[in-house]
Amino acid sequence: MHWTSNAVVLLLVIGGAWVARVVARNRFWRENAVQLWRRRPVTIVVIAVFVLVGLLDSVAWVGGGAADSFSATRPRTIIDRVFQPETFKEASYSAPMAGVSFYGGQPLKHPGAHLLGTDILGRDVVYRALKGVRVALLIGGLTSLVVIPIALLFGVTAGYYGRRIDDAVFFVMTVLASVPSLLLLIALVMVLGKGTLQVCIALGVTGWVHFCRIARGETMKLREADFVAAARALGVSEGRIIVRHILPNIAHLIIITFALSFTALVLSETILSYLGIGLEGSWGQMIDQARNELSRTPIVWWNLAGASVLLFALVLAVNMLADAMRDVIDPRTRREGQ
Amino acid sequence: MSAPLLEVEDLSVAFPGEGGHVRVVDRVDLSIAAGETLALVGESGCGKSMTALAIMRLVPRPGRIEAGSHIRFDGRELRSLSVPQMRAVRGGQIGMIFQEPMTSLNPVTMVGEQVMEAIGLHASLAQTQARERVLELFALVGIPDPKQRFSAYPHQLSGGLKQRVMIAMAMAAKPRLLIADEPTTALDATIRAQILELLRNLSASTGTALLLITHDFGVVNEVADRVAVMYAGRIVEEGTRRELLSRPRHPYAQGLLRSIPRPEARGQRLEEIKGAVPRPGHWPAGCRFHPRCPSAFAPCPTLEPERTAVSPTQGAWCHLVAEESQR
Repeated sequence: MHWTSNAVVLLLVIGGAWVARVVARNRFWRENAVQLWRRRPVTIVVIAVFVLVGLLDSVAWVGGGAADSFSATRPRTIIDRVFQPETFKEASYSAPMAGVSFYGGQPLKHPGAHLLGTDILGRDVVYRALKGVRVALLIGGLTSLVVIPIALLFGVTAGYYGRRIDDAVFFVMTVLASVPSLLLLIALVMVLGKGTLQVCIALGVTGWVHFCRIARGETMKLREADFVAAARALGVSEGRIIVRHILPNIAHLIIITFALSFTALVLSETILSYLGIGLEGSWGQMIDQARNELSRTPIVWWNLAGASVLLFALVLAVNMLADAMRDVIDPRTRREGQ
Repeated sequence: MSAPLLEVEDLSVAFPGEGGHVRVVDRVDLSIAAGETLALVGESGCGKSMTALAIMRLVPRPGRIEAGSHIRFDGRELRSLSVPQMRAVRGGQIGMIFQEPMTSLNPVTMVGEQVMEAIGLHASLAQTQARERVLELFALVGIPDPKQRFSAYPHQLSGGLKQRVMIAMAMAAKPRLLIADEPTTALDATIRAQILELLRNLSASTGTALLLITHDFGVVNEVADRVAVMYAGRIVEEGTRRELLSRPRHPYAQGLLRSIPRPEARGQRLEEIKGAVPRPGHWPAGCRFHPRCPSAFAPCPTLEPERTAVSPTQGAWCHLVAEESQR
């Protein structure tokens, strides 16, 4: 299991390097990248940190650590190895950077070291929140990567060719849209089983309709555009019209939808966790567990804060980046003389 | 005269409408010789643009070119070509430019790349060669600063420049016929003259035949060799520019000509043709122009007029002209 994860990380790093090389070589994309950096340096750094944490939490191997412990036989990620959660823990709650335990006031094993305190089992909140990064990126990224191509394929072909194809696609969309999505989600998770990939597929099945509808509508509009008619009069083939003239004109929609669906997915996972079908180690689970702690006196707030601050930061950063990307990519909104 | 480059015979285009198929273009005959400029004139809604689209086999669904229509280009029947063959004709043999330069360019692609795409469709050139050719074309159509304009986006160009880019795209594969559908309607008067001059010069220097669709006799006067006047889906009069401008025979052609403002008629009320073109499907029987015709008489509402030759090159579809010529 951990080898697939390592392989994915390797692929992502190679893919990222390849994309960076392409961007650096092509004048158009290089200029866009520079523009993007100038507009949103902080956002980009924040996202880069999130991605880095997610990647570090995906590279795992067996060995190291205490030989006698249970964890010695299990693959542990770089984040695990940095935090050493087997030893870096307390008996129970500890307030942020406290010197003594929250209930009882006994001296802690690591006084002042838990930046965001510990949870009921004494686990470090910073560590748990960082572990949630990978889950969130998986949920948002993997599902979006499944949803967008499917929605584009169906939406654009339905919108462009119309008639029978459109009827068929629209029927499927209407049926899916009329089932309450939460019900469908629960049903799918029950059928597919719990697991990262399964939950992503379930979220994808319920999530593609929205974007498909947007892509279809926009394509229907563009199909009648004068520049498409002009392309036809130039002898451009239908497939080429879709790739060269329709898709670039809905690129800004793709980017916005990616961001919106990414953030919506990360948020909807918390709802799934609330219903008990969320992913192991997600922020949703942390928030779900923190629910009970809010009724304690004095209040235990750091669990909720740790998860929701990171959740908020990621969602905000992705939204802002998408907004900036839309502005940069779409020449119609680009400001002159920059 | 040699065989014409484009020969349209009995072209009919129909759309499904109230009570069956409605023809918007009805048995139209046209011919254009190589290097010649034919102006197709008529009011809005009389089927000019549909005729042009039919020649390109681009009639929008659910419209159809009816059986019995013939479109021969360079001796080949375009209606019997396969889809890929037809695609090679579009752009490659017949170029087309549209009325709206503002929206006829892809807004998110650099104009140079769009012209490059047009070149690449019909010739296999290396990137650098294609780029050179774009700059050549830009210079040919009179775009100042071709190198800079190459990487401009459409919204950064004026209407006149955009129309020049459109012309460059249409001319990219050196077509033998250029169809210009109201190329100057959306432009300012000063730009209009420049674009017309450009079209005339291009046609003369490259030997490209031109089918110019317009509602403006001023445009006809500037560029046309021959003129065909269309009304309600039918050709009503054809002839050389001189014939039609100095001695139009069909009352509709006469009316169109009278409705151009003239400096010597300053202060007088501009004449207009009363009424509007009837909608397709509601065309009157007999001569379609008779309800608006000032000189309609007995046969007009019942009998469809035949072509009456006025001169070897001029002909009119009008009962009045037929009667006069018999006298």
